[in-house]
Amino acid sequence: MSIKTSTIATETVPFVKMQDTDYEVRADHAMCVNKSELDKPVTSNIKYGLLGILFGIVFVKAEIISWFRIQEMFRLESFHMYGVIGSAVIVGMISVFLIKRYNARSMEGEKIQLDDKKFNKGQIYGGLIFGLGWGITGACPGPLFAQIGTGATVIIVTLLSAIAGTWVYGRFREKLPH
Amino acid sequence: MLEILQKPWPWYVAGPLIGLTVPALLLIGNKSFGISSSLRHVCAACLPANIPFFKYDWKKEIWNLFFVAGILLGGFIATYLLGNPEQIVVAETLKTDLAQYGVTNYESILPIDLFSWPALLTLRGFIMMVFGGFLVGFGTRYAGGCTSGHAIMGLSNLQWPSLVATCCFMAGGFIMVNLILPFILSL
Repeated sequence: MSIKTSTIATETVPFVKMQDTDYEVRADHAMCVNKSELDKPVTSNIKYGLLGILFGIVFVKAEIISWFRIQEMFRLESFHMYGVIGSAVIVGMISVFLIKRYNARSMEGEKIQLDDKKFNKGQIYGGLIFGLGWGITGACPGPLFAQIGTGATVIIVTLLSAIAGTWVYGRFREKLPH
Repeated sequence: MLEILQKPWPWYVAGPLIGLTVPALLLIGNKSFGISSSLRHVCAACLPANIPFFKYDWKKEIWNLFFVAGILLGGFIATYLLGNPEQIVVAETLKTDLAQYGVTNYESILPIDLFSWPALLTLRGFIMMVFGGFLVGFGTRYAGGCTSGHAIMGLSNLQWPSLVATCCFMAGGFIMVNLILPFILSL
């Protein structure tokens, strides 16, 4: 188990030539990236599964995965979803501030790294497209998984379709405006 | 105790718990919160088709797949062990509007009239589940993140591109629900 020093220049690489190193490809257009440089066995991921279980329970119990709640949010009929997202962001902001302020390390001993996001027009076009889909399905990707867990097996179709959408984006990515 | 857990949880309990996922993932293993990337990892694992966007070592991101598998299992536990026996409480104005489109079943967290296997075979259901899902997958990847990656993780880290993305998510949702969805629901 060794910690490699990170010498990745994410800023200077042109947009389409991002397949040079694996980290850059993984980081490219992905919000969740494993910044850890440690080699860990697959079983070490069970803790993320457990965290996912807790997260999924909150999703269902607070009805965040409900199509009705999302409709109420976009019809301005309920404060619920604004309260959930707003308070989540505030708690997240305070946490990130403290992690940076105290140069916190992860339980595995690594310094915690947070990348800056670079702006591209995809955040506008893609954001609007996702918003349209969110309004129809009443679900972002996380809730899709939780909805299937609640026994709504038909949502497997929606999930497969979302995977297909992701694939089509990847296929035509270089032709799309960014 | 079980009774309290069975009732729907208020936003001021759920929101902070979701916010705490951000430091939890960072502190456990230096991972940034984000869910839509899991869809990309599935593409990379199952059908990379020599597309550069999917040519990376997805196994390094397998934690993300464990996380979403956990979400699915959490949904199961919350429904079958901590399930709310009551019907879902929905705003009266929404109920009135939905009744016009034949949506009257409030037994489940999802409207069974719209999201079910029989509904999938109707034009309305097909558009909502198949086309809607496609927009979610295409849009989140085009935007580089979803509600978790941009709205929660990105805003927590004070990233202005994430604020732009979040505003666009909301704009798209407002347009769909108020201007377009009534036509889809009346199909």
